[in-house]
Amino acid sequence: MSVKVGIEIHQMLDTKHKLFCNCPTELRRDGPHSEFRRWLRLARSELGELDPAAVFEYSKGKMFLYEAYFDSTCLVEMDEEPPHQLNPEALETAILVSLALNCKVVDEVHVMRKIVIDGSNTTGFQRTALIGLNGHVDVGGKKVPINTVCLEEDAARKMEEREREVVYRLDRLGIPLVEVTTAPVISNPEEAGLVALRIGQLLRMTGRVKRGLGTIRQDLNISVEGGARVEIKGVQELELIPRVVEYEVMRQKKLLEVGEELRKRGVGRGDLSTNVLDVSELFKDTSSRVARKALTSGGVALAVKLPGFARLLGVELQPGRRLGTEMADRARYWAEVGGIFHSDELPAYGISSEEVTAVRKALQCGELDAFVLVFEEKKRAIRALEAVVERAREALEGVPPETRGANPDGTTRFMRPMPGSARMYPETDIRPIPIETVMLERIRALIPEPPEVKYEKLVKVYGLNPEIAKRVLWSYRLDVFEKAVGEAGASPTVVASTLEGTLVELRRDGVPVHNITDEHLLELFKLLARGGLVKEAIPAVIKYLAENPDVEVEEAVKKLGLTPLSLEEAKEAVRRIVSRMSDVIKERGEAAFSTVMGATMRELRGRVDGGLLSKLVREEVLKVIKGSG
Amino acid sequence: MDLTGYGEKAVVLLENAGVSVFDEIEVERDDGVLLCGVLLPRPQYGDPEVLVLKLSNGYNVGVDARRVKSLRKVGRVEVSRGGQTPSPVLKPGLPRVHFLGTGGTIASRIDYVSGAVYPYFTAEDIYSMVPELEEVAFVTAETLFNVFSEDLTPRHWSMIAERVAQVFEKEEPAGVIVAHGTDTMGYTAAALAFALRRLPGPVVLVGAQRSSDRPSSDSATNVLAATVTAVKAPFAESVVVMHAGLRDTLFYVNRGVRVRKMHTSRRDAFRSVNSIPLAKVELPARELKVFTKRYARRSKEGVLLENGFEEKVALVKFYPGMSAELIDYLVDNGYKGMVIEGTGLGHVAENLLPSIKRAVDEGVVVAIASQCIWGRVNMNVYRRGVELLKVGAIPSEDMLPETAYVKLSWVLARTDDPREAAKLFLTNLAFEIEERSEEWGYPPLSYFEDRLNGGYS
Repeated sequence: MSVKVGIEIHQMLDTKHKLFCNCPTELRRDGPHSEFRRWLRLARSELGELDPAAVFEYSKGKMFLYEAYFDSTCLVEMDEEPPHQLNPEALETAILVSLALNCKVVDEVHVMRKIVIDGSNTTGFQRTALIGLNGHVDVGGKKVPINTVCLEEDAARKMEEREREVVYRLDRLGIPLVEVTTAPVISNPEEAGLVALRIGQLLRMTGRVKRGLGTIRQDLNISVEGGARVEIKGVQELELIPRVVEYEVMRQKKLLEVGEELRKRGVGRGDLSTNVLDVSELFKDTSSRVARKALTSGGVALAVKLPGFARLLGVELQPGRRLGTEMADRARYWAEVGGIFHSDELPAYGISSEEVTAVRKALQCGELDAFVLVFEEKKRAIRALEAVVERAREALEGVPPETRGANPDGTTRFMRPMPGSARMYPETDIRPIPIETVMLERIRALIPEPPEVKYEKLVKVYGLNPEIAKRVLWSYRLDVFEKAVGEAGASPTVVASTLEGTLVELRRDGVPVHNITDEHLLELFKLLARGGLVKEAIPAVIKYLAENPDVEVEEAVKKLGLTPLSLEEAKEAVRRIVSRMSDVIKERGEAAFSTVMGATMRELRGRVDGGLLSKLVREEVLKVIKGSG
Repeated sequence: MDLTGYGEKAVVLLENAGVSVFDEIEVERDDGVLLCGVLLPRPQYGDPEVLVLKLSNGYNVGVDARRVKSLRKVGRVEVSRGGQTPSPVLKPGLPRVHFLGTGGTIASRIDYVSGAVYPYFTAEDIYSMVPELEEVAFVTAETLFNVFSEDLTPRHWSMIAERVAQVFEKEEPAGVIVAHGTDTMGYTAAALAFALRRLPGPVVLVGAQRSSDRPSSDSATNVLAATVTAVKAPFAESVVVMHAGLRDTLFYVNRGVRVRKMHTSRRDAFRSVNSIPLAKVELPARELKVFTKRYARRSKEGVLLENGFEEKVALVKFYPGMSAELIDYLVDNGYKGMVIEGTGLGHVAENLLPSIKRAVDEGVVVAIASQCIWGRVNMNVYRRGVELLKVGAIPSEDMLPETAYVKLSWVLARTDDPREAAKLFLTNLAFEIEERSEEWGYPPLSYFEDRLNGGYS
């Protein structure tokens, strides 16, 4: 069964200013200075052309509350002033990325407005421009086409969703992003991971992008032969990509099997009606807390029969996620209900087998029929079950095309129906920008070295063995490695083993290494190169920093008591330990060396270089032996 | 066919391929890039030799005609002007409100293929843009003309006044709404206040600071607030209804003679000067609250129109170093009146005095307003003021310079006698002059200070 995956990478740029104004590109932790409320709207005649998800969101009529800062957001983000000219620094970076990905750059850049009415843009549209197209990136000998490189503005940060309004913060709105889109030619999970890694690495190697959590975001579109195109939004960690692909392929295959089984059972669209039945009466004396709460506060118990769906709602599509889960997702989305109950999972949750039997009887369920129950206010309950039936109908076809969100464990959840083609029109407040050949040539000189050249350098210049060199080459932190051995002057082997060994091991041990920033690491390597730290102390320091990310590296070293000893101090300490153990040495001679070394290590580990320590211990032990001989 | 806007080389290339605007074409660039898209009209700005293509992914890109290796037509798209406009479903018995379109951002719509903005102003369009109106008013609409507000002249003011009077007489609406470009909306509002001496309902001018083609446009909420005003106002004056702040929920009804555009781009650009607004409208409640009891009530005696404006009137801003020639020029060219925006309490440099004296002596009405914008002219305090009074200049009291200019144009169309003109100019006709200067006519700038004191909470 063939699998097709395309990747869309959104990377925040590290420009001084935002894309269309001169505000800084920084997210703030302190509270906002002012706020204001707005609506977005479209002429009714235009709604028909928009995608159903957007119209649905829009029809809720929510207001948007925007939070602003006097000193770091301005009238442009507030949509109270026309955009300024496109930030030349951002344009240059987008061109650089395009060229580095072998794209052809357009002759004239036209900024577009892409309609977005969820409130995340104060204007109601996102400004975006196509910069490069028809490129490719080489991954493992395969040429993966890059369809487009676009330059766009980031959206406002969603802070809170209230019943009647959504709160957005304007600090992120307008930060430049590049969006890199590959063709859907990736055929397996590992390859998806490698392609995303290679592009992400290349973006970082330009030295012009932001780092850290939330600065890069991957969207995937995945389709399995016979299935449908499913968009997965917001994969924040590179490591997660292979698993997301694997789970989605699993989900689509399982859904195809479910569809096949339904066909075998002879279930057709016509069998699935939205005739819901009020079964409140059957739950009069229920011990289900959910049911009781809904019924006593004016709600109802509604049930709908799903003919031929018995034992299929409980089919596991992804770890812990079933067809029933997908129905619940839909019910939550379209009707904002808390959840649903399906017959494959009952009796449970306080719903008794007598109640289940009664519902089955009321709905005239046969052995192969399933049902779904919801306890809610009536209108919502009806809408919820309609959504459930709609999802059941889609199950007959196999895989519904839709937009899903990535969960932290690599599974996905329904987000919204697949958007229609985006509606775009020109941003008439910005003049088209010609791209001169001179400019392209100047930028071309800034393209980072290709991986082959890098690899040679890692082996020949830095003396890494081929195994480690390969790992560094494929490291997302390749640029950190180069800075650490270049600017900071740390030992290539130690840097490599820290980045590719220590960090991985610590993560495995459950240390929150995602808190470790590139700045932490570079500081650490600088300190190491200056002799302010011995390499044996690195794991402990990183662990401490991961747990206390606001602490400076030097401070952490001090707090841990890992400030290196001077040669004299080290000699003195060794002498002290050796003299304390002189009896053992005298008794066992050179055989006592490892015992003494162990004791010394326990006391001085991380404060004296391991090699030096060993040498000092040996010297002192020999002295004792000689003295007694 | 129509390749207007494209340069010579581009036109040759396109004509040879038999391509016209909105054709779907395939272009190969000299570096092998193959692009397929719809050829769009060339925007007025930028290099006319660069073809603008809308690709299937929605993006527009420019392709330099000088770099094109080959080009062929593959099809043609139909340009649609938005979707179908559904018919409105009206609540029965709604008061009638008539919309007059005069141009500007508010009465335009985007064509999503070309990005061109075109005027629209049928009642269906208005309901489509503001469905809430189905519960507020029975809307009728017409386009009077379609002119950028900076291109409007006193003749346009007369046309609007004329039409408003007709509509009130014949159709008896609860109010008339004038959709107007914002740049000179204050001038038109003042002009209507003088020309329409008596009204059965309010004339509400409304505009948009953000174009209607964007979902965040203020046009829909401004129109809704204007309609609420037209329907609910107990007053029958010429007013401007626009956003009161950055939020979409509060709107001020400003007197036409008192309002000034005080910001180039903000939604709340319109401020009442030397007075508080006449009323406010709140959304989504659709409530109107009047702030004062002093206003012209809806008249039961029909419209009284005194139309026409003298065009030989000027508004001149004084500046340090200004030459007297500028005043002389106006007098030599037959101007009948001028409003000089003086400094402070109403002053100009000494070198202008002889020219002003000559102007007055030759029958030109010279009024002095203040470029302070806020506050009242008082020419008795300093010597220069006294000297100006002595040569015959008239102080404009607490009138906005723009209102003074419009009023003088209107006055000089009523009388040729300078003395009578001066008298009429200084008579309060539409609340444009107040004898008391109230404290709240000049709002304090405590806005940011309150927040600073709050420690940037």
